[in-house]
Amino acid sequence: MNDLAMDAPYRPAALDRAQQGLLGKPIDRYEAREKVSGAALYAFEQAPENTAYLAVVQSSIGRGRVTRVDAIEAEAAPGVIAVIHGDPRMPTGEGNSRAMSAIGKDEVFHYGQGVAIVVAETQEAARAAARLVQVSYEETPGRFDAAEVEIQQDHKLGFLPPVNRGDLDTALAAAEVVVDRTYTTPIHFPAALEPHATLAWWEGDKLTVRTSNQVIGGAKGTIATALGIDKDRVRVLAPYVGGGFGGKTGVGPEVIFAAIAAEKIGRPVKVALTRRQTAYMVHHRSPTTQRLRLGADHEGRISAIAHESVAYQNEDSAFLEPVPFGTLPLYAGEARRFRTDLARIDLPATGAVRAPGEAIGTFAVECAMDELAEELGLDPIELRRRNEPARDPTTGKRFSTRRLLDCYDNGARRFGWDQRAATPGSRREGEWLIGMGMAAALRGNFTVNAEAEVILGDDGRATVRTDMTDIGTGTYTILAQTVGDMLGLPIAAIDVVIGDTDLPPSAGSGGSFGAGSACAAAALACEDILAELGRRMNAAPEDMQLKDGVVTATDRSSPLADLVRGSPISAKGKTSPGKESQATSQASHGAQFAEVAVNAVTGEVRVRRMLGVFDIGRVLNEKTAKNQIIGGMVWGLAYALTEDGIVDPRNGRFVNPDFGEYHVAVNADVPQIEAYFIEEIDDSANPVGAKGVGELGIAGSGAAIVNAIYNATGVRIYDMPVTLDKLLPHLPPV
Amino acid sequence: MRFTINGSKREADPDIRASLLDVLREEFALTGTKKGCDHGQCGACTVLANGRRINACLTLAVMHQDDDIVTIEGLGSADSLHPMQAAFVRHDGYQCGYCTPGQICSAVGMLDEVAKGWPSHVSDDLSAPMFDDGEISERMSGNLCRCSAYPNIVDAIRDVHAQEQKA
Repeated sequence: MNDLAMDAPYRPAALDRAQQGLLGKPIDRYEAREKVSGAALYAFEQAPENTAYLAVVQSSIGRGRVTRVDAIEAEAAPGVIAVIHGDPRMPTGEGNSRAMSAIGKDEVFHYGQGVAIVVAETQEAARAAARLVQVSYEETPGRFDAAEVEIQQDHKLGFLPPVNRGDLDTALAAAEVVVDRTYTTPIHFPAALEPHATLAWWEGDKLTVRTSNQVIGGAKGTIATALGIDKDRVRVLAPYVGGGFGGKTGVGPEVIFAAIAAEKIGRPVKVALTRRQTAYMVHHRSPTTQRLRLGADHEGRISAIAHESVAYQNEDSAFLEPVPFGTLPLYAGEARRFRTDLARIDLPATGAVRAPGEAIGTFAVECAMDELAEELGLDPIELRRRNEPARDPTTGKRFSTRRLLDCYDNGARRFGWDQRAATPGSRREGEWLIGMGMAAALRGNFTVNAEAEVILGDDGRATVRTDMTDIGTGTYTILAQTVGDMLGLPIAAIDVVIGDTDLPPSAGSGGSFGAGSACAAAALACEDILAELGRRMNAAPEDMQLKDGVVTATDRSSPLADLVRGSPISAKGKTSPGKESQATSQASHGAQFAEVAVNAVTGEVRVRRMLGVFDIGRVLNEKTAKNQIIGGMVWGLAYALTEDGIVDPRNGRFVNPDFGEYHVAVNADVPQIEAYFIEEIDDSANPVGAKGVGELGIAGSGAAIVNAIYNATGVRIYDMPVTLDKLLPHLPPV
Repeated sequence: MRFTINGSKREADPDIRASLLDVLREEFALTGTKKGCDHGQCGACTVLANGRRINACLTLAVMHQDDDIVTIEGLGSADSLHPMQAAFVRHDGYQCGYCTPGQICSAVGMLDEVAKGWPSHVSDDLSAPMFDDGEISERMSGNLCRCSAYPNIVDAIRDVHAQEQKA
């Protein structure tokens, strides 16, 4: 095992020598043909013949406990095999490697909680019988109204403790200009298009689940814990995952339900949540209230920065949205205060959704910066330039790489930022008011443990094996590109095997750490293979050139296949965080620009253009990285303008738990979007030097749009999303 | 009941409650057609019925006696891609791939509607609609892509339309 902790910056020399020219190129996806032809198999698909169907019965109260389940009628319904309730292993909610929901309890924590399950011969029979299960409750008053619940300052939730540096109150009192604004953000559903689905079966005492999950290594342990069995008895498969966005980082209750049902009936069982069930049985991003205070002198130098928020969680869960995470390293300022208070509420769990913290935290801070720039009479980019810190202003750590200023400059030039009207509401085309806005994007970078095995087979083909997932991120492709460059093989000579916990344990897809960590592990494995090839060639690795399956060392060359014939080479690589990870402040960065048109009569907002320039370390695949970044920018667009999970405060139900009323972006909402990269390989991040991509695009993009709306109309909205009912009363007379 | 699926005559005896989508997926193992919402809100289940695009989740299987159904598997295979499938690969018109079969079936049906001169909500001239990016986006807005590969989807469809115009 080539085991490398990031104790110092590191880059495999073979990556710099690589002749194959794959990394960074816009190569079509490895699994492209399977996906566009419908041959890619997701969790619910192609189950064995005798698979039974599971339907979940959900609680019809918002808080209390189940007192009785009457299953007589349901059990007698045609096609029903079993109705299961009260099993001591049934969870009330989601679990992950950090925390579990309650298990085997009759307590109801929120409306729509799974309280019983029906297993039947067909989907139709299971669904119909689920409606026949009679559940009795003892109802207790629930806290459903976010405006009414108690706020706790002293709590232990979340990974981000409060930060207090310097004397904020004094610094604010002394500041020549102060912006003090409170922003609110709504409930945000991850809403992956593939509903959470699981196929479970037992072979003896061994459980296999094929499930829609982002982090299967973690899921394996969580499933074992929930069922009270040894981890070695659980295998998790997820070769294709139909989107995750954080919503599939944990193990939903339906996974455990399927395992219990499969055990009870002695047959494979499968379940897919209905779209509306995903709103209740999958976590969402907490709504937040965020107070931003910025104090500066007349030159725009920030002396005080405070980002204080409230986020929500139910009594059954332990996550807390790390709201100010992206603000911590963003701007200079001696006096700093960051905290997130907790409010307990009796609604479905909140949890990690694409860029927890940054997605909404950068919205607030970047809108506040726009306001500060205006107060100072400074261009928003100039204000940011004056507050670009030399070191992480919160921790004092050095930055690994940070090209934020270059992103601003490059983006401003490409976008035509100099065309922005300095006076809000001054540009008009017919009945449309036109405006431009910008914002910084930042997403913290993480290095996590990841292993991979690479086998150079008899035939000269390489196989890379790891329990990573590809949730649309491009994992298959970038693993193949990494191995191809390291070993001098074309993509067609590489097989990628992922999505199975029997493979070496990797990072999973979450927190934007998957690509860098998994590719680093694969590259490290290849280093050991190169060393062995060197021995077989009787040459030092640095004297070898590898391309198109041929190794050349000074005056000799040999096909790879000849070197491994009868004696394949297998090697493992492992990467993990180390001293360098601790010593540096790491993030990917960007500058977001938007142009909007606001209808002066109706208040309708149309996003005309979006453009972003991003610093993501090494670009592993330009095509997939760009697609992902643009997807994140669209998330910002929809989060700024339409996405809004609404609770009925009388009973804790969602008013809009489906796509009909919860509006994700559709094609017509989205203009052609431009994204560009400034590539600086970050050798402190991981051995391939890549930083997070998937979550960066949403950071700041909503703020750029809201700032553009202000530039178009002169109206600042502090309550996301900016729907026309909020804009209309404030628009200038037509 | 009998119908034609991807050119083959098929027989089925579906539960009268079963949607066309569930029968395609669970009975005929044609799992390329996806279920994203089961409400007609996401378009992942789009198939062609007698040449027209429909949401297979919003129609009962028993309503399709003698119909000619084409699913993503009927358009092309991994070894022999339909031009629209190939364009989605080239332009990376997807990420997770779950909405993709529905997007592709929808795009094929949509281009046929355009060829017939059917206008859309954004057509200025209802008798002779133009074909541009705005038309593509409008006509494809029944197909959600949560990964939000929309710009690339538009690129892919524009490309195929141009190829068809040339041919």
